Amino acid sequence: MTGNRTRSKGWLAAVPLLAFIALIFGVPLLVLLGGTFTRDGSVSAANLTESLQGAYLTALLGSVKISAVVAVAGGVLGTFLAQAIVTSRFRALREAVLTASGVLANFGGVPLAFAWIATLGNSGVVTQAFGLSDHGWNLYNFWGLTLVYLYFSIPLMVLTVVPALDGLRPQWREAAQNNGANTWQFWRYVGVPVLAPTLLGGFVLLFGGSFAAYATAKAMVGGSVPLVTLQIDAALSGNVLIGHENVALALSLDMIVIAGLVMAVYLPLQKRSARWLR
Amino acid sequence: MATVTPSVAPAAAPPAKGRPRRPRVWRGVVLVVAALYFVVPLLASFVFTVDDPSTGFTLDAYGQIFSAEGFGRSLLLSLGLGLVTIALVLVLTLPAMIAVRLAAPRLRTPLEVVCTLPLVVPPITFVAGISTVLRWGPDYLASTPFYQTIIAVQNPDFPLVLVFAYVVLALPFVYRSLDAGLGAIDVRTLSEAARNLGASWPHVVFRVIIPNLRSGLASAGFLTLALVLGEFTIAQLLSFQTFPVWIYTISGSQAQVSVAVSVFSLLITWLLLLLLSSAGARQRSGS
Repeated sequence: MTGNRTRSKGWLAAVPLLAFIALIFGVPLLVLLGGTFTRDGSVSAANLTESLQGAYLTALLGSVKISAVVAVAGGVLGTFLAQAIVTSRFRALREAVLTASGVLANFGGVPLAFAWIATLGNSGVVTQAFGLSDHGWNLYNFWGLTLVYLYFSIPLMVLTVVPALDGLRPQWREAAQNNGANTWQFWRYVGVPVLAPTLLGGFVLLFGGSFAAYATAKAMVGGSVPLVTLQIDAALSGNVLIGHENVALALSLDMIVIAGLVMAVYLPLQKRSARWLR
Repeated sequence: MATVTPSVAPAAAPPAKGRPRRPRVWRGVVLVVAALYFVVPLLASFVFTVDDPSTGFTLDAYGQIFSAEGFGRSLLLSLGLGLVTIALVLVLTLPAMIAVRLAAPRLRTPLEVVCTLPLVVPPITFVAGISTVLRWGPDYLASTPFYQTIIAVQNPDFPLVLVFAYVVLALPFVYRSLDAGLGAIDVRTLSEAARNLGASWPHVVFRVIIPNLRSGLASAGFLTLALVLGEFTIAQLLSFQTFPVWIYTISGSQAQVSVAVSVFSLLITWLLLLLLSSAGARQRSGS
């Protein structure tokens, strides 16, 4: 009897949260979906078609490209850095790098853009000191933005892979060596397969982080690098043909679909890699 | 060793000799390059703010932060939004998560999925939806009480709509922190023991569960505060002057001050996150 009563109460305690999510998160998403397929008051796929053409398509591909480059470069560099501190004998170094990673992985947005502008922008300290402008240096392009995105992506990768690298038991390496494997063979047949779910999960996290980034790009490059987030901003701010305002919603839907597909890879992987973290 | 057992050693000896030296070289290179990459922008930003071409070293830019138009107002707004967001997100999630653990375990997976979903939705697409609702709402709801509500949540002095949006953005992090905290204590045994001793449900939650959850609650709170203090996308697109939006606005006219504020806001965020990680470390050594 008491058990039944507690059970019905339990449902009630979760209701405010679920109702809140439905109202604040669900309603805007439904409106987004509805708006995407509405033009001039009638049902139409025109917004979606337009969002996959011309400058919008370029921006969408630009976002995917920069996110992929950041994910691969950040993933590889982050893994090397993580391996460097995991194999290090200095415990203080490890703790320092992990703490710094926790802080830097959360360093994004406008302040990050300004820190890099002050460093490598046209009148930045390092640019001036080495006269980089004369050598054709320019921060405000695709590779400059990649360099900046790596600043929070590499630490995120370090935080993701360190637990997995810790889980690589020395016994496995010894066993491989006893069987005559060299370093390359150990990594090729033991290390990387064991780490694969974590590494792929890390790539996905980095991809999602760069894909959704808006503040840094807005404060740094304005419109000189085609990115879907900047196009959504322009369309929402009224910078579209009259009657085409809902293109912003269609672009948003494109983004959610891409992010959703990428995350759909991540979630099952996270479960798999969790096995190795025990 | 190699001379004693020549028949086995030749294959094993070269890697054994080479191994200790080689990793140290690449490890050193990786660490030095990483240190340069991560430290130089921080140092350079600081140099940028204190170096005046005519007078040399000066801390003027930092002095100007506090007298700059809108600094106090936007910082207070961001802090206020952060505190209200923390309160609301905890009031909503904590009872739900305790209840799901105790009474409705079948709801646990759906709740986890729902709380993780905001990670899939980039903030800019979320704000595209919100701004559309705010734009269309008045047209459809003009004759109902909802109309007043939609106007009220957009009050520029304290935009509740931002609080609501930030609660959604914070959900995945809060869920994970609290889930880890609740997983570390035996909620069922604790609450049943307290109930058997005659405690009421509010008493169980406030005097038994919450004190045991301190570090999980603290980490949820810090993460939410850091998120709100740094959030730019939603506030900017809905045209509210929060702290990051203010930094962006002044960058056009006062470049040095805007970099100084960036350094300053970094320090605030870092302080918060360091507090968080040290709280986490204390929890780990304690348990």
